[in-house]
Amino acid sequence: MNWMAIWVTCKLATLTSLTLLIIGLPIAYWLTYSKWRWKFLIESIVALPLVLPPTVLGFYILIAIGPHSPIGRFYTDLVGHPLPFSFQGLLLASILYSLPFAVQPFATAFEQVDRKLIEASWTLGLSKLKTFFRLILPLSTAGLITGVVLSFAHTLGEFGVVLMVGGNIEGITRTVSIEIYDEVQALNYAAAAKTSALLLLVSYTVLLLVYAMNRRVWSVWPQK
Amino acid sequence: MAPEITLNIRKTFVDRATIAVQLRLPLDPPSVTILFGPSGSGKTTILRCLAGLEQPEEGTISWNGQIWFDAATHVHAPPQARGLGYMAQAYALFPNYTVEGNIAYGLSGLSIQEKKARVNEVLSLLQITQLAQQKPAQLSGGQQQRVALARAIARRPQLLLLDEPLSALDAPTRTKLCEDLRMLLTRLAIPAVVVTHDWTEALALGDQMAVIDEGRLLQTGIPQDVFSRPINADVARVVGIETVLHGRVREIRDELATVQVGPVPVIAVASPGLESDVFVCIRAEDVTLELAGSSETSARNHLRGTVQAITSLGALVRVTIDCGFLLTALVTRSAQSELRLAIGSDVRAAFKAGSVHLIPRR
Repeated sequence: MNWMAIWVTCKLATLTSLTLLIIGLPIAYWLTYSKWRWKFLIESIVALPLVLPPTVLGFYILIAIGPHSPIGRFYTDLVGHPLPFSFQGLLLASILYSLPFAVQPFATAFEQVDRKLIEASWTLGLSKLKTFFRLILPLSTAGLITGVVLSFAHTLGEFGVVLMVGGNIEGITRTVSIEIYDEVQALNYAAAAKTSALLLLVSYTVLLLVYAMNRRVWSVWPQK
Repeated sequence: MAPEITLNIRKTFVDRATIAVQLRLPLDPPSVTILFGPSGSGKTTILRCLAGLEQPEEGTISWNGQIWFDAATHVHAPPQARGLGYMAQAYALFPNYTVEGNIAYGLSGLSIQEKKARVNEVLSLLQITQLAQQKPAQLSGGQQQRVALARAIARRPQLLLLDEPLSALDAPTRTKLCEDLRMLLTRLAIPAVVVTHDWTEALALGDQMAVIDEGRLLQTGIPQDVFSRPINADVARVVGIETVLHGRVREIRDELATVQVGPVPVIAVASPGLESDVFVCIRAEDVTLELAGSSETSARNHLRGTVQAITSLGALVRVTIDCGFLLTALVTRSAQSELRLAIGSDVRAAFKAGSVHLIPRR
């Protein structure tokens, strides 16, 4: 088994889900409580990675961070090396790719917090921010864990985006799913089987965790 | 200018009557104002506008000269800035905090010791010290109500807003907690606005009341006056009770109380724990009129009097009789002509002991 690929994958999935916990919360908060009439436009963009082929998403990200784009040039000037085919580039792509898997469970959890409780908190003098941290967040823990775990699991298994944006660089961007593909290409079925079994086991455990925690049919699937 | 709340708001709805209300509520001395009306009348919305949880489209709300809301200048003080104790209808206790945690929730800015002391103070004030470590889900309705009250008053608010504080409770609990609430409000001396659709609560709790129906303010005044002297048929319909009198319980025997109302004794069914000072309430439709000298009936109260006033209300006629006190009866137009009722005619008014509601008066 290629432990290097496993290490890269775990690092990528952990960083992705933690980053999504941080940036997903404000996005989910905004999606839940904003009264903007065109909100659905943003909602659709957030949900886009659910339906878009990973290669298409990967292609656009590659273009966006490539040396010909302002973002790509800015990053190269700043850091000294380009974003594509680096771990950082891969992380950025993973975050975008798994965005709905974090944001939607967060938003669903926020939505289920009774409006009356939030109003009670306001009348008790707590600002919207304090209300979020002292009331909404503690009441949404199941949704938060679901979002983090799902984005983790989703990143573990990503293939198309990794190939497009990260390539296949040993120790840097070669993840478990790419590894399996390589083994099969090399007709090395035994190694592919081992790695596949590991991925299957981890994914199944992760979902067990989510289901056991929520105890609701279809809790894994975004409810919106 | 005497400290007061002024409210002059307008808010339109797609599916309900427009709210257009002008109100002035005195703040000194602290008093309890009842917003009274049937469900859907707009009284809760008015309370929510006062709390800053909803914004009217037009108008102003000011507190003691301080502008809370002004549509013209886009001023809107958020609920956090209004120094409120607000209690929603279903209490809205935070399920993830204990009773103690709920009460301490709004006490930011106090030291840990001060917080602890304040929590203990309101816990004992509401006699719920033993519940401190429980979660809201473990509490009965009455206990939840006390916790919600404790939470609302813990910050020492400058205004208490209570939305149907007793309606989620079963009847026996309600009677008990209604008395407790009145005592608490008197003791706290914080101005309070209480929304209710229950006339017994209005009489028991209110120092003044405003009758709201279909988004309009119909009448303001002392509850007893509003109930006994509705200014028009709309108010009479909304409040539904027309004779409210001061009385003093003279004796209680066989669960029947004899209450002295002016010069006249009135027989009423006694509730347990009846105090000596009471409001005696009689609905106009519960009063029967008979010609003087007719035979015995099952009604316990038969009062002779003379007709003072007759007001036509379509098919019904409202007759005011002076029988030692003013009693209002509602009879049909045909009954009026059969009895040949006219101003000055002698008549006998009858009503059952069970139709007389006694409300403790404090």
